[in-house]
Amino acid sequence: MTPVEPGRSAPGLRRAMRRPGIELVPPVPASDDALSRPPSPLEIWIDRAFRHGSRMVAWATVALVFYIVWDIAVVAAPSVREHGLALVTHSTWDANRGEFGILPAIVGTLYTSVLGLTIGTLFGVSVAIFLSEGFLAGGVDTVLKALRLAEHPLWMRLPTGIENLLRMTVELLAAVPSVVYGLWGIFVVIPMVRPVADWLHGHLGWIALFGTTLSGPGILPASLVLAIMVLPTISAISRDALSDVPPKLREASFGLGATRWETILGVIVPTASTGIFGAVILGFGRALGETMALAMLAGNANLISWSMFSPANTLAALLANHFPEAGKLEVGALMYAALVLLGITLLVNVIGTAIVQRADASLKGLR
Amino acid sequence: MRTALTTPWVASFLIWSAACMATPTLAADNITLQGAGATFPAPLYQRWFSEYNKLHPDVQVNYQALGSGAGIKQFTEGLVHFGASDAAMTDEEIAAVKDGVVLLPMTAGSIVLAYNLPDGPKELRLSRAAYVGIFLGKITKWNDPAIAAANPGAKLPDTAITVVARSDGSGTTYVFTQHLSAISDDWKNGPGTGKSVNWPVGVAGKGNPGVTALIKQTPGSIGYVEYAYALQTAMPMATLENKSSKYVKADLEAARRALASVALPADLRAWLPDPAAPDAYPIVTYTWLLCNKKYADPKIAEALKAVIRYGLADGQKFSAELGYVPLPADVATTVAKALDSIS
Repeated sequence: MTPVEPGRSAPGLRRAMRRPGIELVPPVPASDDALSRPPSPLEIWIDRAFRHGSRMVAWATVALVFYIVWDIAVVAAPSVREHGLALVTHSTWDANRGEFGILPAIVGTLYTSVLGLTIGTLFGVSVAIFLSEGFLAGGVDTVLKALRLAEHPLWMRLPTGIENLLRMTVELLAAVPSVVYGLWGIFVVIPMVRPVADWLHGHLGWIALFGTTLSGPGILPASLVLAIMVLPTISAISRDALSDVPPKLREASFGLGATRWETILGVIVPTASTGIFGAVILGFGRALGETMALAMLAGNANLISWSMFSPANTLAALLANHFPEAGKLEVGALMYAALVLLGITLLVNVIGTAIVQRADASLKGLR
Repeated sequence: MRTALTTPWVASFLIWSAACMATPTLAADNITLQGAGATFPAPLYQRWFSEYNKLHPDVQVNYQALGSGAGIKQFTEGLVHFGASDAAMTDEEIAAVKDGVVLLPMTAGSIVLAYNLPDGPKELRLSRAAYVGIFLGKITKWNDPAIAAANPGAKLPDTAITVVARSDGSGTTYVFTQHLSAISDDWKNGPGTGKSVNWPVGVAGKGNPGVTALIKQTPGSIGYVEYAYALQTAMPMATLENKSSKYVKADLEAARRALASVALPADLRAWLPDPAAPDAYPIVTYTWLLCNKKYADPKIAEALKAVIRYGLADGQKFSAELGYVPLPADVATTVAKALDSIS
């Protein structure tokens, strides 16, 4: 073990030095037997058992996914056979008359997700840049230097500490339960956006986006809450992508005379853009499947409207609302809706994963 | 095909309920009764069961408020000793139960139109045409002539009406839409009667709490909730026109008059879509317990009968304080008689 590995950054090394388990001086073996002794049968057995065990668990997880899809598909099959594509294009959901259509729910799901994602991306990427470019740490560092504390063993940890604290606070948003977001949306967000929405509708009502009044729950409050819910996903992954940009690119950019902003916007963000895009796609997957907060905030009305103040419905909310009391026919249609949602989410996630993988591959030559 | 989905659930539920039942039996000769169903009478039932348990510590009743539909489903599949539903079981549903069904009306409640009108009058009167029109989306402003006509002298604001409905399937929706279908052909041929219907206008909240939150947060809104719920959350309730063209305030007395006006049929399935008594509140419903005619274990049958008898007698005194309508004395006697057919 060499004391300094070439790829290792200074903080990582410092951490390694502090950790008691790792000794930087290679330990001298007690005797030569310790190295040359072949593994005992028990060790071989444990090794094999572990390998097979983890392989089995891994495959069981994959099998579980297929089992769930298969199970849903079996229940949905009669409905798929009966309604075919009509379920996706029809827009009334009336279990009493056996009319099932999920077009408004599909449109509502995509509308709230895209709007929420747009807002969430704006904030998430900003947070990621702020945290990865050392704005905060740099500022704190300047203050410490002015106070002549920058070399103090305790105070010198402050810049990184504050940055970590902020990062963890943003990521803590992911730990808030969905139902709390829903309640917060009803009691805080809706009353807060109502005056803005009324003004926009009153003055700019001719624009289709502001075409209706906000009666209470609707697409805009749902999207705002959704934006906060996807923010931690987007900021965490974008931050990783941004800090993975090789330092030599930044140095080269500064060396050519670019300012800090020119470097960030012209070099670093474009280099990390595939990673950021992957973060957005993963956030999209999260937004599509969000149920409770949207069931409480979207308004559960089967409407298709351009207006972001209009109530809407989403696939996940439709399932949550109708499943407990559904009869046999309705369960089939709901399972069909679940398959559609699963399909959309799967597609989005596959695209996201592919993009993140390509991002890694394209950066390979730069490292 | 359905079994593919339900089997794992059934299995896990059986294991779970077996585990629940095994623990107390080890301690003493205790009896645990399992029940599931309607959320609407759940506060009252849970009160009964806990009070009964205080008097008879050897009998414990677990009641899960899962919803009327789930109650009927679990009862039919024999997963619970008794079910509960706001909508009485249909003949078809009854035929599916092996051990026979006894339907017992246990309590009653009314459904009210709660509203949020910041500058509105103290008492809001709604004619039949007005509230059907509101829920059909034909009346969209609070100062509509149809509303103003019934509220002479009242200052009604020029704000839009937001209708709030239940988004999940529920017995409350069933009773409310049944009433609307009974008084309006437009409703009957339009959205119709059901545990969830295709609402022409408005937004929807999940459960009574969801509807209540939306009404409270949305100025100009109106929605239907159970009386007990509106009472607890102190929401203003509209005074409604009944079949005899009288405006009746939503209270327990008016609901009791509605119950008294309808005689119970032999199978105890009494519907009151539109009670005719002059001072009756128009939207009232019984809620039923579903029991088997025959139980394999006589101890279970005896314990269940004792609990229900307690609910019919002493239990009724909790009704008023929780916002439910106590059963009229003759109804309670009829139900107690029906109870004897359980063995």
